[in-house]
Amino acid sequence: MDDRNAKPGPSVDRDDRELAERLHALERELDKGRAARDTEASRDAAPARPGMALGFRLAADFVAGVVLGAALGWGLDRLLGTSPWGLVVFLLLGFAAGILNAMRSAGLLKPGPPGPDDRPG
Amino acid sequence: MAYDPIHQFQIQKLIPIEVGGVDFSFTNASLFMVLTVAGASAFLILSTRGRGLVPSRWQSAAELTYEFIAQTLRESTGSDGMRFFPFVFSLFMFILVANLWGMFPYFFTVTSHIVITGAMAVMVILMVVGFGLWRHKFGFFQLFVPRGVPVVILPFIVVIEILSFLSRPLSLSIRLFANMLAGHITLKVFAGFVTALASLGAIGVLGAILPLFATVALTALEFLVAALQAYVFAILTSLYLNDALHPSH
Repeated sequence: MDDRNAKPGPSVDRDDRELAERLHALERELDKGRAARDTEASRDAAPARPGMALGFRLAADFVAGVVLGAALGWGLDRLLGTSPWGLVVFLLLGFAAGILNAMRSAGLLKPGPPGPDDRPG
Repeated sequence: MAYDPIHQFQIQKLIPIEVGGVDFSFTNASLFMVLTVAGASAFLILSTRGRGLVPSRWQSAAELTYEFIAQTLRESTGSDGMRFFPFVFSLFMFILVANLWGMFPYFFTVTSHIVITGAMAVMVILMVVGFGLWRHKFGFFQLFVPRGVPVVILPFIVVIEILSFLSRPLSLSIRLFANMLAGHITLKVFAGFVTALASLGAIGVLGAILPLFATVALTALEFLVAALQAYVFAILTSLYLNDALHPSH
């Protein structure tokens, strides 16, 4: 508890110097810690989650892809008057994107670009 | 109606305000957002007021939340990503406190509305795109071009990757909103069974025991979901921010 406050009085100068030294030492220690943290290999440890949360997550990822594809296709059709081709093509692409999302969430696609749930490696 | 499980999500105008034909009314949603911000601020300000070297219980709770989010962010983005800490921590605290306020009976759950979760998700994705473009300029688009893919199918893959990226705010908002909505409806339906059955007489009261236990169990589960969804939102935000920091992998 001695490092909680520097005592006021005639020894303030010395205390200040000591404090500065201690701060430097602490800084070095922290830097070491920071460096170690960045290269930590424990990044791949996925947090444990209950099954229902995982299910919700995969469902949301998949549905989001399909819905987005359908919405984009529909919107393009409206804009360009290409009905129904935009919807057909983008629904299929959205389906693919949804599958991609879900597979990334499930951690089945480790190599490759980072996705919704990929841990950086 | 008392048993209507959707009734709890209705927006009610508390103080009608209209500026130039646009509705700016202070609704129950606004009230609970104000309560959420007030709750989160009060928790953090009051608990860190003492600033003891040996933390009090409240201070240690605040420090734990801080450390938890800081660690999550650091693990997914590295120390470089800590510049986003205020953003991620605010999101986490807002969602967590909003979810917890929603656990009080008769209270309004802000996060059960897709407008609010959607706004937060759009904010996250705009930040990812904005920071990514600012930091890496054109290199940000490497994100959509996976390596080691044959040139013939590359256009398809790029389109799919872009769609996958664009669907992120959607899935981010749907996940939080659907979890809160479904949980609160289930809770209300089971609790409704208890009163409905108990009004049928002696046999009904016996029959009401099961849904009563289910309600208690579901309440516990809802507390778990409330904390978990805030965490999931925070971790996904930091993973997306990591894409903005390091688009080429």
